[in-house]
Amino acid sequence: MQYDTFLGLDYPTWWFLVVGGLFSGYALLDGFDLGAGAWHLTFKKESSRRIALNAIGPVWDGNEVWLVIGGGALFAGFPPVYATLLSMMYTPFILFLVTLIFRAIAIEFRSKEPMLWWRRLWDIVYAVSSMLLSVLLGVVLGNVLQGFPIGDDKKYLGNGFWDFLTPFPIMVGITALSLFMTHGAIYLLLKTDGRLYARITVSLKRSITFFLVSFFITSLYAVIMIPKLVLVFKSNPISILIPAAAIFAVLNLPRLAAKRKYRQAFFFSSITILLIFMTAALNLFPNLIVSTLDESYNLTVFNAASSNKSLGIMLIMAAIGTPLVLTYTFFVYYTFRGKVRMDENSY
Amino acid sequence: MTVEILARIQFAFTVAFHYIYPPLSIGLGLVMVVFETRYLMTRDQEYRDLAKFWTKIFALIFGIGVVTGIVMEFEFGTNWSTYSEYVGDIFGSALAAEGIFAFALESGFLGILLFGWNRVSPVVHWISTVGVFLGSMFSAVWIVVANSWQQTPAGFRIVGEGLHARAEITDFWAMVFNPSSMDRLMHVWIGAFLSGAFLVISVHAYYLLKKRYVAISVKALKIAFPIALLFSLSQLFTGHRSADGVSVNQPAKLAAMEGHFKADAPADMYIMGWVDASRGHVDGLRLPGGLSFLLYADTEKKVKGLDAFPKTDIPSQVNAVFQFYHLMVAIGMLLILLSIWGTWRVFSKGAIQHRWMLVIFMLSALLPQIANQAGWFAAEMGRQPWVVYGLLRTTDAFSQRVSENQLVFSLLLFFFVYLILFLLFVYLFNKKVRHGMSLEEATDSRPKQDTMANWKNI
Repeated sequence: MQYDTFLGLDYPTWWFLVVGGLFSGYALLDGFDLGAGAWHLTFKKESSRRIALNAIGPVWDGNEVWLVIGGGALFAGFPPVYATLLSMMYTPFILFLVTLIFRAIAIEFRSKEPMLWWRRLWDIVYAVSSMLLSVLLGVVLGNVLQGFPIGDDKKYLGNGFWDFLTPFPIMVGITALSLFMTHGAIYLLLKTDGRLYARITVSLKRSITFFLVSFFITSLYAVIMIPKLVLVFKSNPISILIPAAAIFAVLNLPRLAAKRKYRQAFFFSSITILLIFMTAALNLFPNLIVSTLDESYNLTVFNAASSNKSLGIMLIMAAIGTPLVLTYTFFVYYTFRGKVRMDENSY
Repeated sequence: MTVEILARIQFAFTVAFHYIYPPLSIGLGLVMVVFETRYLMTRDQEYRDLAKFWTKIFALIFGIGVVTGIVMEFEFGTNWSTYSEYVGDIFGSALAAEGIFAFALESGFLGILLFGWNRVSPVVHWISTVGVFLGSMFSAVWIVVANSWQQTPAGFRIVGEGLHARAEITDFWAMVFNPSSMDRLMHVWIGAFLSGAFLVISVHAYYLLKKRYVAISVKALKIAFPIALLFSLSQLFTGHRSADGVSVNQPAKLAAMEGHFKADAPADMYIMGWVDASRGHVDGLRLPGGLSFLLYADTEKKVKGLDAFPKTDIPSQVNAVFQFYHLMVAIGMLLILLSIWGTWRVFSKGAIQHRWMLVIFMLSALLPQIANQAGWFAAEMGRQPWVVYGLLRTTDAFSQRVSENQLVFSLLLFFFVYLILFLLFVYLFNKKVRHGMSLEEATDSRPKQDTMANWKNI
């Protein structure tokens, strides 16, 4: 099919950028509230837990919307990819959805009853679901990078329920958890003070170490075991600057944490997430679903895109919608800026 | 076959459960906007108290609506992958628009609506409430447009053949304004307004019954009853228009809704009845020529019946479609009576004193819910055996890649989780209502000093 171009890039490539941008935005935003949730059980006092919960209170739902929009964008722009990916990854996606439900109700319902057992129960649900979601997101990304046993005509030749759990995706899942925990700890540091703040400064140092180790092991494994992931850097050496920048951003974190410059640290953890996504996108493009059997079975942005007309309409929508979404997002974050203040409307 | 049936059960179950909540969000959004507008106009603190109280209930409902809604979006891909590929080019842009224009708006402002009472001025708060309300209205637009396109496809062409066929958009506005979308959108919106209005009626009737918050509840009822009256009456009109549309665009569905079998004969209308599809016969109370009259204002006019279609092109569950449809209509009529009666009572007598009346109004919140569900079941079961009317059959639309085991697992999981969710919802809703409203004497909207100082002790 022939596609129009805009500023020198064809529509499918533009839409690839839109989808990539939405998923990176989702990881950047929901990343910190998932990460904050993963720390929840390490806070012992009721007041600390409430402050931590209210730090994400007004924004977590808006953050999740990026996933909804990202999913919609993938569906709209690359229907066969959406259909194939979600039905192949059936088990992790169903687990993801159910966990998402549990997390949302834990946040909403926790403060509705004063009983100790009630609050403890939802604290556990909240923390475990936050961790599990982070891991599952990483597992899906790991699977996408690794490729699928997909045959002619998008036939899935995998077998069974636990297909999605292989070493590389699990490593990416753990790395995602460690990155989100770092990102979330920095966010909490921006939102808290007093003894809770002091406690989290220690947590942050641990999570940075956790992240550096898992990031290093995962990268090493990828370079050695999945050679196709480094092909792009051989064919286009300049592109190695992106993962290099990611590593630079990562290495900034311990320094900034030591100096307690958490605004800058948050900036760099955000940048890290974006750069990791860019690296992943660079590895994939122009493929979206890679077949481990034969390259010709790959789903690419060109053979799996919606029609030119459809993409054109959606690019206009994205152009109108993006400034609006950014405006609301900014407005909400601006309204609730600064340290957490509790009132009778809080969780 | 089994995977298909399981996938259908799962979709029906998850979407029916989901649909308890969004209509309430939309309807309560409307009532909350009215409360806050009244507050801005009159500066009567009681309207602000009402708005605050209903915001808390709204939060409970909205949260469940969002998470169960994400499930729906992803289920298109997980369970209906052939369908997703078929309609992606068309349906996708509607879903993307829903995300960008509707969800972002409502979730963005939700934070301020729930937590911003002391952070922003009443006017900014009002804007946020309106934002959330409009966001929820918009999301209904796109999802109803997409569903209507499945009922009455327009603005597209088919490319590819057999298993590779898919619909491709040719005219965006023809897709959006497909023959049934606007009538059905109105019908859905109004159904949602009624759900919200009757929930407010129900809770405040309960307070009157318990002799709590009497004055403020009468104020609330004076807002909720006129809303209910206005929309239960206008629902007659949108319902009629929808039925007219169905008769033109989906004649087999209309025939199933009214149990009309004869290929080419004047059609009766049943007040109630029981369909025996194997004999092509309905037992029940009927108005001879009633359907013909409703559609063409002529009792003798012939209407195409189910026998005129090949057996493979009509819904297999005619009686179910018939019953759901009639249940919806009957409740619609009942809601009109209840609205007239309640409006007359609160405005002429100033309140409702009789206990039995209050009990009826207290239970009335269930009626729009049942009607909404029944209406959708009639619409979707009446669409069968098609997923996209006349183009794609349900049997061809599900995900072949998913195994029976996986579906049994996910279905059980959803059933279990939604059961917990529903029990928690009922429990917390009940508790919130019993706990009641917190009335504020002061008009000072700044954070209260004592809560500021005490939060550390909580």
